[in-house]
Amino acid sequence: MSAKPFTPPPAGSRLLMSGNEAIARAVWDAGARVAAAYPGTPATEILENLARYPDLYAEWSVNEKVSLEVAIGASLTGARSFCAMKHVGLNVAADALMTLTLTGVVGGLVIAVADDVGFSSSQNEQDSRFWGRFAHLPILEPADSQEAYAMAREAFALSEKFNAPVILRLTTRVCHVKCLIETGARETKRAADGFVQNPARWVMVPAHAQKRLPEVFAREAALTEESEASALNRLEAGSDRRVGFVTSGPAYMHVREAFPDAPVLKLGLSYPVPMNRVRALAAQTDTLIVVEETEQLLETEIRAAGIPARGKDLLPAAGELPPFILKKHLASLLPELGDGNALPAPLSVFPRPPTMCVACPHLGVFYTLSQLRNVIIAGDIGCYTLGAGHPWNALDTTICMGASMGMALGMDKGRGPEDEKKNIVAVIGDSTFMHMGMQGLLDIAYNRGNVTVLLLDNRTVGMTGGQDNPASGRDIHGEEAPRIDFAKVVESLGVAPEHIRVVDPYLLPVLFKAIREEVKYNGPSVIITNRPCVLIDEYKTLPAYEVLESACTGCGNCVEIGCPAIHVTRREKAVKPSGREVELAFVNIETAACTGCGLCLQPCAPNAIRPAQPKPVKVEFV
Amino acid sequence: MNQTTNILVVGIGGQGVMTASEILSEAAISQGFDVKKTEVAGMSQRGGVVSSHVRFGAKVLSPEIPPGEADILVGFEAAEAMRWSHWLRPKNGSQGGVAMINRLRLEPPIVSLGLFAYPADPVAAVRERGLEAHDFDAGEIARGLGDLRLVNTIMLGAISDSLPFPAETLKACIVTRFAAKNPALAALNAKAFELGKAAGKR
Repeated sequence: MSAKPFTPPPAGSRLLMSGNEAIARAVWDAGARVAAAYPGTPATEILENLARYPDLYAEWSVNEKVSLEVAIGASLTGARSFCAMKHVGLNVAADALMTLTLTGVVGGLVIAVADDVGFSSSQNEQDSRFWGRFAHLPILEPADSQEAYAMAREAFALSEKFNAPVILRLTTRVCHVKCLIETGARETKRAADGFVQNPARWVMVPAHAQKRLPEVFAREAALTEESEASALNRLEAGSDRRVGFVTSGPAYMHVREAFPDAPVLKLGLSYPVPMNRVRALAAQTDTLIVVEETEQLLETEIRAAGIPARGKDLLPAAGELPPFILKKHLASLLPELGDGNALPAPLSVFPRPPTMCVACPHLGVFYTLSQLRNVIIAGDIGCYTLGAGHPWNALDTTICMGASMGMALGMDKGRGPEDEKKNIVAVIGDSTFMHMGMQGLLDIAYNRGNVTVLLLDNRTVGMTGGQDNPASGRDIHGEEAPRIDFAKVVESLGVAPEHIRVVDPYLLPVLFKAIREEVKYNGPSVIITNRPCVLIDEYKTLPAYEVLESACTGCGNCVEIGCPAIHVTRREKAVKPSGREVELAFVNIETAACTGCGLCLQPCAPNAIRPAQPKPVKVEFV
Repeated sequence: MNQTTNILVVGIGGQGVMTASEILSEAAISQGFDVKKTEVAGMSQRGGVVSSHVRFGAKVLSPEIPPGEADILVGFEAAEAMRWSHWLRPKNGSQGGVAMINRLRLEPPIVSLGLFAYPADPVAAVRERGLEAHDFDAGEIARGLGDLRLVNTIMLGAISDSLPFPAETLKACIVTRFAAKNPALAALNAKAFELGKAAGKR
């Protein structure tokens, strides 16, 4: 999937935009020259959209740290620059961030970081507002798309005014909510005035860095004054002063809807905290409630400033805080809310977890792994994390991007007699390998770990919707770019060439044999699978298959592949000649969904799967 | 225009839930409403549950419909309509939400594997909780028109008489989407819309 250029609607347009789309427009309207990101839910669409705008350099970087470094470099030449990432991405980029705060910026530099409040697609729910405190940097928190547009623009101005990178903290409910926004006039693209050598400023050796610290503290004091005076922070007077609220981000919308008559201090520039304004609100309300998603952060600071406040003693510390949750948890303070309003209960329905796609090349890999005994499978982050689910149950760990490599090595080095006979396998996708996995593999090779690495190269960033990367050989615009040669990379990292294999994951016997042989080898080995993701252009569909009902014996082997196009039509109990009772599962293939990968044919004992006849009608939904 | 209209569109990743809610939002905007539309989209491509909230009125604050406050529930799949039925406004005299359900039953692998059962009659289960529910086979109508992708338009047609603006407005939004690139497809969608509208009345 590549970004198609377009002609941006003129200034003054009223557009239905998601927060991500609005930020892209704002970055362009602010005259930024450089924008970089690594895809990550819920922030992916910012760069995806930004790349469509003319007259701006946009890139998919290999990870968030590199994307921030690209933005820093651009800022030093005088260009306005931007990078976007999901919350955990800033952990990766933190090394750069924590010293960038000392150097400051030249051209305005904005870092959009999107917290996955509610866990739509992440391994944790960390609160990025901590970074503002940690790095002494200002934080802006929009509540919806219109604010995201305005604040992203304001962020560049603040960045230049205070010589600091600005953190634009988003949550899923800003990124993915669409509402109307009105665009403003585009600023003339800021000229890059040129890099000015200044080692005391840009070379952060101890002698230079320690001289920058007082400036950071002075800047924070100036930012506090800014926050006290800023129009981004506003007190909305209310008629019902029993409870007053301090809130930020989308939680503001929830508070406003749930308690229309209450006074609210809405923080747009939420760090540094405008404590005088909090104090003013506290003075006119009986109880001050801090509504923040997710951590108890603002509340602790407000109380530390000597202002009585409540919050997390009443409200959940995880997930979103929509109006019905607020009302339920604040009922003890406002009797008219009753018993926390009795909500209708959901009916019990089976879960419908995300599945791998029909014909996904990972199906072959996880089917094979599920057939192996005595393996520990260190997993990683991507579609293949779904391998931990049914029917494969073939993934034992997931921590963070690239962790499969180091963890597999650690398991090998730490194992005792219990795990002595086990084979240690690490599974990682192409994009995750390039993001943070390569260093781990280098460590495995260098330290002679006994680990077999399955590098699932599907030539895209699959989980976030199929963005291009160095494995696809195309850039963010779909233009041809150098394609990484994984076999060569792996060899140069130190894996012996005879233990590097490139295998077609649709050929189950070949894949099975390759894994069996490589896990027996006492040393590092890498098996690279080479089929593209079914969601990208490179994937070519083949004629569909169907089940010949009269031939199906109900063995259920094909079901173990885990393809969503295979459905069990009926189950029967049967007694084997040995006297053992088995459950038979008779199947059909949804031929309209089948794209002919042929995986299910291979374990089918009675050869009951054959090319579909007649030609099926293709099922597609718009 | 003082009241907020809440429409919850539910289904499975890939069915076009988000497109449907986008079209509803556009139609509401064209009528001068403030609109917010939200969904969790991270894993929707992977056959998981998708629910999209559309809210419009004079001014919309929170983008999420509270449970029990949806005026219309559009179910692209029967069990998904049942899963979200508690989001529908309970019946209170003549007031109460309406569910419009495509009879389609899509069994996930987790059901195929025998780990969970698919409910025998999801639509009946929705009705049993005292909710107004209409169901029909949108797939059959789409197949009759020769293109299964029309399910989306058929479902929008089915709810078009329950909106606080004329059905024609919604129809025009759909037709305009296709008119520029493919007039034949625009005409087909117009037909699908009308058939959906008729089916929704039964």
